[in-house]
Amino acid sequence: MLFARDGRFDDLVIRGARVLDPTEGVDATLDVRTDAGIVTEIATKVDANGHRVVDGAGLILAPAFVDPHVHLRTPGREDEETILSGTRAAAAGGFCAILAMPNTEPVVDSAAVLGALVERARAEAEVPVGFLAAISKGQRGAELTEMVELADAGAAGFSDDGVPVASAGLMRRALQYVRVTGRRLALHCEEPTLSRGGHMHEGAVSAELGFAGYPSVAESLMVERDLALAAYEGEPIHLLHLSARESVEALEAARGAGVAATAEVTPHHLCLTDEAVRSLDSNVKMNPPLRAEEDRAALLDGLRNGNISAIASDHAPHARHEKEAPFEAAPFGVTGLETAFATLNTHLVAPGLVPLSTVLERMSAGPARAYGLEPPRVAVGAPANLVLLDPNASWRVQEEGFRSLSANSWLLGKTLRGKVRMTVANGRVVHEG
Amino acid sequence: MAEIRVMRADAVPPDPPPRRHLISIRDLSRDDVERLLATARSFERSLEREMKKLPTLRGRTVVNLFYESSTRTSSSFELAAKRLSADTMSIKAAGSAVDKGESLKDTALTIGAYDPDVIVIRHPQIGAPQLVARFTSAHVVNAGDGKHQHPTQALLDLYTIQEEFGRVEGLHVAIVGDVLHSRVARSNVQALVLMGARVTLVGPPALLPRGIEALGCETSTDIAAIGAADVVYVLRMQRERMEEGANYVPSLREYTARWGVTPERLRPGQKVMHPGPMNRGVEIDGRVADAADALVETQVRAGLVVRMAVLYDLLTGGPVGVQAAAAVEVA
Repeated sequence: MLFARDGRFDDLVIRGARVLDPTEGVDATLDVRTDAGIVTEIATKVDANGHRVVDGAGLILAPAFVDPHVHLRTPGREDEETILSGTRAAAAGGFCAILAMPNTEPVVDSAAVLGALVERARAEAEVPVGFLAAISKGQRGAELTEMVELADAGAAGFSDDGVPVASAGLMRRALQYVRVTGRRLALHCEEPTLSRGGHMHEGAVSAELGFAGYPSVAESLMVERDLALAAYEGEPIHLLHLSARESVEALEAARGAGVAATAEVTPHHLCLTDEAVRSLDSNVKMNPPLRAEEDRAALLDGLRNGNISAIASDHAPHARHEKEAPFEAAPFGVTGLETAFATLNTHLVAPGLVPLSTVLERMSAGPARAYGLEPPRVAVGAPANLVLLDPNASWRVQEEGFRSLSANSWLLGKTLRGKVRMTVANGRVVHEG
Repeated sequence: MAEIRVMRADAVPPDPPPRRHLISIRDLSRDDVERLLATARSFERSLEREMKKLPTLRGRTVVNLFYESSTRTSSSFELAAKRLSADTMSIKAAGSAVDKGESLKDTALTIGAYDPDVIVIRHPQIGAPQLVARFTSAHVVNAGDGKHQHPTQALLDLYTIQEEFGRVEGLHVAIVGDVLHSRVARSNVQALVLMGARVTLVGPPALLPRGIEALGCETSTDIAAIGAADVVYVLRMQRERMEEGANYVPSLREYTARWGVTPERLRPGQKVMHPGPMNRGVEIDGRVADAADALVETQVRAGLVVRMAVLYDLLTGGPVGVQAAAAVEVA
């Protein structure tokens, strides 16, 4: 389900880092050795054995990150992102695997389109990438895609992300049929007749600024519908980019009642509120929109207690000229692959809102499990998917530093704490910084 | 390790020299408003003379960039600039490069190349004035951006109320109608609350934006709520902003029956204001519009002197009260 270009393994000995793997229950200063893409030894003194030695003193060695929600804009908008640039950005962000959404031009709704992507990923992906295919043909919400053929062609899951599956009847059929494929449905929850024309969260800020509102209930109503359908069909679902308190409450209630639902949240929804829109900066325009402080608090609670088990960047590159427009004319979406860890480290870990180990788990094992992928681990015998982090290094986010082809980041000009020093994906060093 | 690199010049603008704009009432303090109203009053006195032109802004250039149709705002800005002896240039979206798909950024860069002192912009989208301010070195005056702000309208309304009542503080103003789509309502609520007035917004439920009370006003869906107000401010029913099938109200007919401002719903002595253009027989009864208590024409006259004051204030800065008086003396 994940595809990358072939490359030589880098045999490494990483010395003296604080090895922190919440899943394995490891938190100690240790040396880690990799051989031919596999972690072969974790101990206090490991022989270099001719391997490249990396000094990990003062750094954290953790399982590399998994981003379950990326827009690679390929095919169709290769001016905004390509598989090469997007996976380089992922490598710089500490990711050893990413999942790409199918809302491209054309939509990934046939084995032919998917096959071409898989071929390109095998030629140029720096980091393993999985492709989700659409739930409905053309993401038009009318007819199911040929899910079995798509799964056989390598689809990592199914999603109409970008647009909701408006019809409850079609959603039910998708839940019934997807079981045959063993893949997960990933749902963009938005009631389109309630969100129509909305540019930001409906509340005091939209009332003052004059923007048409996109109310919380437009999301939570659809979350409730999809949870009810998932419960009825007994099929697991993954909820994309939750933003509203009511959605988190519905998720917690359904999980409490035994529904196999997972959910993700983005760094921007965890760190910002609709107050940020007062800047009228089109780089804080995204779907779902930034919501109120009480929503942010509920998302943080959900992240801490595990009901929200995944952090997703929802990396959505846009051409510069399209974002350099009045807020209402600008498209939805912000980039995030290269800033995700530093953003969360700066805004959540440093002020003590979320423990570092929780952030690391929700950026790695959490999203992997949501899609049935093997969670990255720092463990003997596991594939070498490692990230070396400097939690104290400060850096300024600048357009020229991005590997992504797009720079529509809300963090431009801001200083963040936390740097990815090295990313190892499947035994290869894919980033050093 | 990535080092600090040189940014592209327009990526993040360097700290601009202190350059003032009038983009939102939110940017103004009570002192700013009082200064502007005082300046407008000095200009009003100067206009009572036979020679109406003041030399104050000779050699300055004011560009009016209008992306939406407008009669009173564009004409009053143009006349305000001319009365202060500035050179003016008016650009309308229709018939310009905008018709050929030019982006706002490129239009701003093009106009900015002429180095104008002030760009007055009206645009259907929120935030267009900020964008022009970002890409030019002119002072920018917002003449209406989407549903967001129309600060000179609010200032001229304050001026009108002040002239009529001798004060704004302590007055009760009811704003009636389509608040949701109204930049005039937003600017006026902020301006009136800033100056110490009590504001009640009255209209159909879906046209009162959720959360608007955070601005410090009250809301009511009952038209009887206008009865206690000193001023009834009637908003235009923005038919052109009503999407098909949005169902904010079932019909204009029902709106008029329930929320139209009629003589029967007013008590004697209540002043009535309207930003224009009026839909007689929809939001306002023709008898109300023509009655002596209607201040609509006063508002238009106030628009001229208030816009003169805004241009003057942005271009000269400093203790405006004194300088304006001096300018009037020179004239």
